[in-house]
Amino acid sequence: MNDLKQLAQNLMELDDQMVACMKCGMCQAVCPVFAETMQEADVTRGKIALLEKLAHEMVRDADQVNEKLNRCLLCGSCAANCPSGVKIMDIFMKARVIVTTYKGLSQTKKMIFKGLLTRPKLFNFLTEMSAKFQGPFTKVADQASGASSCAMLNPLIGERTFMPLAKRPFRKDYPQLDTPRGTSGLKVAFYPGCVVDKMFPQVGHAAIKILEYHGVGIFLPKAQACCGIPTLASGDSDTFVDLMKQNVKAFENGTFDYLVTPCATCTATIHETWIKMIDTEDAVFKDKVQAIADKTMDINAFLVDVVGVKAPSELSKGGKVVTYHDPCHLSKSLGVTAQPRALLKSNQSYEFKEMNEANRCCGCGGSFNLYHYDLSKKIGERKAENVRDAGADVAATGCPACMMQLSDMLAQSGGGVEVKHVLEIYADSIK
Amino acid sequence: MSNAKLAKEFEKIVGAGGVMHEEADLHAYSYDSAVLDPQVPALVIKPSNTEQLGPITKLCNDNGLPLTVRGAGTNLSGGTIPHPGGVVLLTNGLNKILEINEEDLYAVVEPGVVTAQFAAKVAQRGLFYPPDPGSQAVSTLGGNVAENAGGLRGLKYGVTKDYVMGMDFYDVNGDLIKSGSRTVKCVTGYNLSGLMVASEGTLGVFSNIILKLVPPPKASKAMMAVFDDVQKASETVAAIIANHIVPCTLEFLDNATIRYVEDYTKAGLPTDAEAILLIEVDGHPAEVIDDAEKVVNICNKIGAIAVQAAETAEEREALWTARRNALPALARAKPTTVLEDATVPRSQIPAMMAGLKKIAEKYKLDIGTFGHAGDGNLHPTILCDNRNKEEFHRVEEAVNEIFDVALSLKGTLSGEHGIGMAKSKWMEKETSRATLDYSLRMKKAIDPKGILNPGKIIGG
Ligand SMILES: Cc1cc2nc3c(=O)[nH]c(=O)nc-3n(C[C@H](O)[C@H](O)[C@H](O)COP(=O)(O)OP(=O)(O)OC[C@H]3O[C@@H](n4cnc5c(N)ncnc54)[C@H](O)[C@@H]3O)c2cc1C
Ligand code: SF4
Ligand code: SF4
Ligand code: SF4
Repeated sequence: MNDLKQLAQNLMELDDQMVACMKCGMCQAVCPVFAETMQEADVTRGKIALLEKLAHEMVRDADQVNEKLNRCLLCGSCAANCPSGVKIMDIFMKARVIVTTYKGLSQTKKMIFKGLLTRPKLFNFLTEMSAKFQGPFTKVADQASGASSCAMLNPLIGERTFMPLAKRPFRKDYPQLDTPRGTSGLKVAFYPGCVVDKMFPQVGHAAIKILEYHGVGIFLPKAQACCGIPTLASGDSDTFVDLMKQNVKAFENGTFDYLVTPCATCTATIHETWIKMIDTEDAVFKDKVQAIADKTMDINAFLVDVVGVKAPSELSKGGKVVTYHDPCHLSKSLGVTAQPRALLKSNQSYEFKEMNEANRCCGCGGSFNLYHYDLSKKIGERKAENVRDAGADVAATGCPACMMQLSDMLAQSGGGVEVKHVLEIYADSIK
Repeated sequence: MSNAKLAKEFEKIVGAGGVMHEEADLHAYSYDSAVLDPQVPALVIKPSNTEQLGPITKLCNDNGLPLTVRGAGTNLSGGTIPHPGGVVLLTNGLNKILEINEEDLYAVVEPGVVTAQFAAKVAQRGLFYPPDPGSQAVSTLGGNVAENAGGLRGLKYGVTKDYVMGMDFYDVNGDLIKSGSRTVKCVTGYNLSGLMVASEGTLGVFSNIILKLVPPPKASKAMMAVFDDVQKASETVAAIIANHIVPCTLEFLDNATIRYVEDYTKAGLPTDAEAILLIEVDGHPAEVIDDAEKVVNICNKIGAIAVQAAETAEEREALWTARRNALPALARAKPTTVLEDATVPRSQIPAMMAGLKKIAEKYKLDIGTFGHAGDGNLHPTILCDNRNKEEFHRVEEAVNEIFDVALSLKGTLSGEHGIGMAKSKWMEKETSRATLDYSLRMKKAIDPKGILNPGKIIGG
């Protein structure tokens, strides 16, 4: 599609939702991007105003609007705080799809999304190969957070320090699982998500250890794929639906009470976003997606609210100070804030200390981090400062994407602070 | 000069990063929180320090470029809708608190400091800045001064004008004008800062503002009185004032507002009540106990079905959060919310409420009303869809009539939201032709070319 009229017409579909924005400007108070740039086009109401104007053909430069639209972490802070209840995330996601359909997907993204993500086997193979050969190209920048910096010049990576790919992905150890219900009488489908699988396999191992300890049966199907959010955030709804279909197929053969994931972003995507993007699919498929969405739960919430975990063992008190960063997708989209803290506090060998602005986005935002690293870094630096002000030895969180960002920011600001998933700390208390 | 050339000239003052001229950026500054048609400026200028303000106004004046200053753009009367082809000047980056003087109880701020952040900073020093507009989480002090913003505490503590001790501002020639001082008393010359308050960017551009601070009250008590009848609630407001009790806050919410606010804030408001009053008394602990008791008695006497006191700080905060979100929460009801702030003497609130009820019936419109009842400052809010032309026409008629009723009750067009573009055509009706002429002569003397925010307050 290349017709501006058509673009405008498609955007008009969002008009009923956009008109609910009364331009009160209260989103300025919470938007991390606006806090850095203080420009109206970078905050929600500005983006909505621009989309409205594109829809009404008052603005004709779709590229500029697209660029503004992408200067957004999709963190949902504005949606969670919008007094008028504007469905901001739905508007932004759908607008990205509409504008991308108009502009066409970039070659790189086409290659990654359509050529790689939709072929999990190829994706796994390539990342494994890269893990083997990444050694010479990276150097460890900070022992504590495990971040590496790039030894070679790479324009996309720049000064970042980043997590190296794990030597052995999680799925290599657990290609599939189907264990019966144990003492808990419960069984879950486990969805590790790509980042845990390929970068933080230890989080997957921690999850398995905890579930087994609490007598929870596990169904881990062989052929699960990425949850799709990177593709949707880039406006590629076709690949998004394709990936969703692969996952639905993988999970429909198992019996389970809940689907749990250790990744805040995956949880929010499966629980909330999947169903919103399949208007044109048939009813049978919709029912299948809805059924999975209804069962999907953050693993911290599952452990605390459903399994009802208690501190598994008495550990010696004191020791390291741990603080907790609320991943946006857990706190703002799903309202999960108390459960991860409860898990952290239950490991008595750590001392829990709340940081300032724990609920403020870390600035990662998926590909936002790639394309707007300067902004992402500024937002992340404030997070790192808050972690340090809390006097933390360990920064814990519930989203592997946040773990990547925290590692980078803490490494760059001097290192010395470990970054861990809540599950790792809880699993440590299980003997 | 062409826009490109002008942009270059501005860049000499503020640097290349301080000038925006892309279509998308310009459109992002074409609107504010008012329900009015947007207008696209030619350039948006973002200075990085207050010294740049003078050269900017001068360049605009020399080139006949209309100049609209913008803080957070949350005003509700179109004060920041730019002149097409003009310049928008952003002050939100000028946000340093230059001084907080604990001994002499004042602070000096740049105009872009966010109100709530300022209040929090002075509170950390054990001081109090009372003006708290509902938009305080984002609105700027410059914007507050230019609109003479009020807030929930206006009844006892007054509004922004009561806290402006002085200021520096740039005139249209780029000259720095100084008014007021750091002393409580200052009668040197004309009260120019008084003139600047509520000037809505039409007389000068504020750079530094000197604000009065006060000691915080030692104690306070917040209460909620629930009514099954709107008239009883408004009579209670009049009775509290008539009994010479001055709560710091006395707010009114009608049933529609209560329902939408509760839906958003989950503060535990009684959604079946016809009206509630949120009342807070503060001051010396003994006085607070005494006043609270009197308030409860008055509420009960007139017929409140319940009076509940907030027992904890959280409960109190929940009430105020609920109230502060009244407007945006009402906006959930329908696509468009037309909010008015016609204000009447407090004793006339029951009459005003009766008038509003009639207007809603006559024009078949959904009107939710809330507001600073203690000040007589009500916010009848018409819930509509401005895409529906026929309905919106009825809205405009209703708004006319709301002003007529308010003026007939010896009230005013605006208690706090300013005149901007939205109400300039009613100015003569409230005041007089001579008053308007006087204002026009003053504006002409200060800004002969009509550069500073043209079209606002006095029209033209
Ligand atoms: C949800 C909501 C609740 C609100 N609640 C209240 C309330 O309780 N009480 C109330 O009074 N108002 C309220 N308002 C209206 C609005 O927030 C106030 O008028 C506020 O003072 C505007 O501040 P601002 O920084 O957004 O100014 P802007 O809207 O940016 O500007 C307002 C006017 O000030 C001028 N101006 C700004 N800065 C300067 C400067 N440095 N020099 C010269 N002129 C300048 C502008 O040109 C414009 O005319 C509310 C608005 C919203 C959206
Ligand atoms: S807070 Fe919500 S209604 Fe207000 S401007 Fe932002 S998106 Fe619009
Ligand atoms: S989603 Fe986050 S970054 Fe994007 S506009 Fe909303 S608050 Fe800002
Ligand atoms: S990485 Fe975490 S904190 Fe950052 S946007 Fe994603 S979920 Fe939010």
